[in-house]
Amino acid sequence: MARVVLSSALAPYTDGELELELDVTNVRQLFKALAERYPDLRDHLEAGIAVAIDNEIYQDALLQPIAPDSEVILITKIAGG
Amino acid sequence: MPTTLKYQEKDLKLVGTRPPRPDGVDKVTGRARFGADYNLPGQLIGKVLRSPHAHARIKSIDTAAALALPGVKAVVTRDDFAEMPDEMAAVGELMINFRDVTRNMMAREKALYDGHPVAAVAAVSESVARAALALIRVEYEVLPHVIDVVEAMQPGAPLLHEDQFTVGVKPKPERPSNIAKRLEFGRGDVAAGFAQAEVIVEREFNTKPVHQGYIEPQACLASYSADGQAELWTSTQGHFVFRAQCAKVLQMEVSKIRVTPTEIGGGFGGKNNIYNEALAIALSRKSNRPVKMVMTREEVFRGTGPTPGANVKVKLGCTRDGRITAAQAELNFQAGAFPGSPVNQASMCAFTRYDLANVQVVGNDVTVNRPKVAAYRAPGAPIAVFGVESVVDEMAKKLGIDPIEFRLKNAAKEGTQTYYGPRLGPIGYIQTLEAARAHAHYRAPLGPNQGRGVATGFWFNIGNETTCALNLQEDGTLTLMLGTIDVAGGSRAAMAMMVAEELGIEFERVRPVVGDTAALGFNFLTAGSRSTFASGMASVIAARQVIEKLRARVAKIREVPLEAVAWKDGQARPAEGGGAQFAPMTLAEIAKMAGKTGGTIAGHAEINAQGAGPGFGTHIVDVEVDRETGWIRILRYTVVQDVGKAIHPAYVEGQLQGGAAQGIGWALNEEYFYGDDGVLQNPGFLDYRMPVASDLPYIDTVIVEVPNPNHPYGVRGCGEVPIIAPMAAIANAVENAIGLRLFAQPFSPPRVLKAIEDAAAARD
Amino acid sequence: MSRNHVSTTVNGDRVEFLCETGQTLLEALRDELRLTGTKEGCGTGDCGACSVTVDGRLVCACLMLAVEAEDKAIQTIEGMAAGEALHPLQKKFIEHAALQCGICTPGILIAARALLERNPDPSESEVRYWLAGNLCRCTGYHKIVDAVLDAAREMRGA
Repeated sequence: MARVVLSSALAPYTDGELELELDVTNVRQLFKALAERYPDLRDHLEAGIAVAIDNEIYQDALLQPIAPDSEVILITKIAGG
Repeated sequence: MPTTLKYQEKDLKLVGTRPPRPDGVDKVTGRARFGADYNLPGQLIGKVLRSPHAHARIKSIDTAAALALPGVKAVVTRDDFAEMPDEMAAVGELMINFRDVTRNMMAREKALYDGHPVAAVAAVSESVARAALALIRVEYEVLPHVIDVVEAMQPGAPLLHEDQFTVGVKPKPERPSNIAKRLEFGRGDVAAGFAQAEVIVEREFNTKPVHQGYIEPQACLASYSADGQAELWTSTQGHFVFRAQCAKVLQMEVSKIRVTPTEIGGGFGGKNNIYNEALAIALSRKSNRPVKMVMTREEVFRGTGPTPGANVKVKLGCTRDGRITAAQAELNFQAGAFPGSPVNQASMCAFTRYDLANVQVVGNDVTVNRPKVAAYRAPGAPIAVFGVESVVDEMAKKLGIDPIEFRLKNAAKEGTQTYYGPRLGPIGYIQTLEAARAHAHYRAPLGPNQGRGVATGFWFNIGNETTCALNLQEDGTLTLMLGTIDVAGGSRAAMAMMVAEELGIEFERVRPVVGDTAALGFNFLTAGSRSTFASGMASVIAARQVIEKLRARVAKIREVPLEAVAWKDGQARPAEGGGAQFAPMTLAEIAKMAGKTGGTIAGHAEINAQGAGPGFGTHIVDVEVDRETGWIRILRYTVVQDVGKAIHPAYVEGQLQGGAAQGIGWALNEEYFYGDDGVLQNPGFLDYRMPVASDLPYIDTVIVEVPNPNHPYGVRGCGEVPIIAPMAAIANAVENAIGLRLFAQPFSPPRVLKAIEDAAAARD
Repeated sequence: MSRNHVSTTVNGDRVEFLCETGQTLLEALRDELRLTGTKEGCGTGDCGACSVTVDGRLVCACLMLAVEAEDKAIQTIEGMAAGEALHPLQKKFIEHAALQCGICTPGILIAARALLERNPDPSESEVRYWLAGNLCRCTGYHKIVDAVLDAAREMRGA
């Protein structure tokens, strides 16, 4: 089970729950599981979330694998100017 | 296809040197074509009618008289563009609320800022187009407006969007608000952290909107043909993104629009969004002729997005020996007419230079009657850091600790946990601090009314969707087709250098070209300091693919096993221990035979580059303050920055110097002046005062290289970090010079003089 | 609206064009003569991107009416190189990486040449003040100043 940590900025959409364990093997499955669990989070997931898998940041990488012992952190997306 | 190629240290022949850029001659002779330099036979000139009111309901638009004017061939208003639903839609991989995009491009129910487009015409000449605009009758119901961010946040402030309820607040608010979104980042327990602190500093800062200030106004040329296809030439930071945005608002298939990016005369984030492009295509569709639209400088100021102006509160708690125990910030950012300020990024950048256990950052994205904000080089970060680095400086002084020493005591490093999520990978923050401390600038003597300030900056940098193609021409030269816009002239050269390095050939044998949208798959914008990183990665992947194909082709031509062929120093040679000998082949020799031995040899890459490495910088500035006029003179400036690897050092230096210069302008003089009527009073370069050559000294640069492990050459983006620190550095230097801290940007002479006079009055 | 006929010399060539009374020299150069090397950055004489010389005098082309060009000798960026031979300023700008986006470059080169014609050995300060009428947003002016001083050195034969 991957350990999933959500950025504190996402607390309003998860009623304050910021840590959980999920049985997922890639980012797309992760988003699907989170959207089911936290409907308020759904709109934000694909639009504005990046993930750090074992501290490597991935943006728009839906098929990026997540290992059973991975730590996944959800952070808000970054753009630039 | 890999999304990341890991860093490999190796001896370099070309990367790190300074060859002349391939487009240099065209740019110094005037031959290079920017947006306004394109013309088509039969073209019409398009012009935009803009709201003179900061906030007004649009009751009716009567274009009959304009259409009847001889020489006017088409007019468009809100009725010519489809309504877009209020939802985030993908354009490429950017999620954008197109309900806002279509309204920013042309007002629908309301004009939300002075300068908001209300109608557009296409006519046979500029003077006829202008005459036509004067004939368009718009009935406005003027509404109260609000521009100041703190005022806009109050309940009872004039409301821009009646259906906007603050996102991120639980339970969902009952009343609509100008606060579009509230976000909060945190780690640990700030209350406990402040309780532990022995010294606390708490300050409030205010900044004004500033413009990216690119010297080239937006310009585009559209040609719509009767079969529903459109060609568009435009000055843009991202032709694929522009194509996507145009396709969406015009309800056209993406492949029916072909965008050719012109050379771009500066962007800095301001050319990440469409303004006139869809209007030009629509006018061309209606008139059946090409339509050229070039903004005047006044339109650029009134109608394109500046940065937010902001209100920033920062509180820092420390132990006496200089360890930060708690850090807190509130960032209230103007978003302009529609939500989407960079308060999110600013919140994430505010404190990331420090290793902190207890942090809280609250951000508010606030709509106000001003053009929608656009990105500007490290969007949001300079504003947040102005506050934070000023408070850090004040704290260091209170504790009697040297400002660099203080930062070293608290510095983030590899493994430091950020407060927005992940741990930092290998970074060069400490190295930049140490290099600054060791620099002669830090020890140089200072005279009366002179002072020194230090400040530091951090930016994430990004990767994103990138494609390229590398073709071996029949004479052994190569064309590298890039999809990322070369905004500053260095990246075309840098990509060609990396390809030439990989292949072991001379730089001049690789010709880099930026292709149009038909040439390649989707490329994200050149923004986020990404192009040398991501396009470089793609170029290297393509080059390595070419090498594999060359080896395979030579194996066939020479009739030896693949393992016997090595690629070394620009030639296919027998591999050591490969088991076969053969006459080596040069690129030219292989290329000559390629057509008859299986076809042209080419490589390509389509990636979503991951693994961008964050950049850190430390700035030192010396100023002299004229107490009689309030004028701040920059005496000396040094930028130290970790860029991972400087592929072409001259262009990296250029980024550091240019970014610092923009930050200096932001600090000293740039601001938007609004009248009580909400109309912009200084939409021109005379009164929007950017630095000129005589305002600045030489800007020294020190390049630190801590390789990014996720790029084959160790590249980190470098373009955005240098704009972040100057405001705080200068504020800190002024405090050091005359004992006065400035909390309102810009530090223009009237403001500084007033601060000096107020301080003197307070003393008396 | 009837147009005015103007005869003038640009970069040594005799040229003619038609223009409206209110059109600027900048517009005539770019839109009538299709010499697009001279750029419009502001249209109000504040940025210097439209710098040209008229009878040897450095001028913002956006501040001059096209009709005023009658019988004058105008020099634009297109006339700076002698065929394939770049002017020393042009060469030094490339060498020193004194341009990034390049939009201000034609105006700055024309202005710098005008400086060196009057003052072949300017100080750093003199170069900065002379070029204060030419805005550059990309470079911070550092490499521009270096390039101008280096070109001056070469032109003096120093």
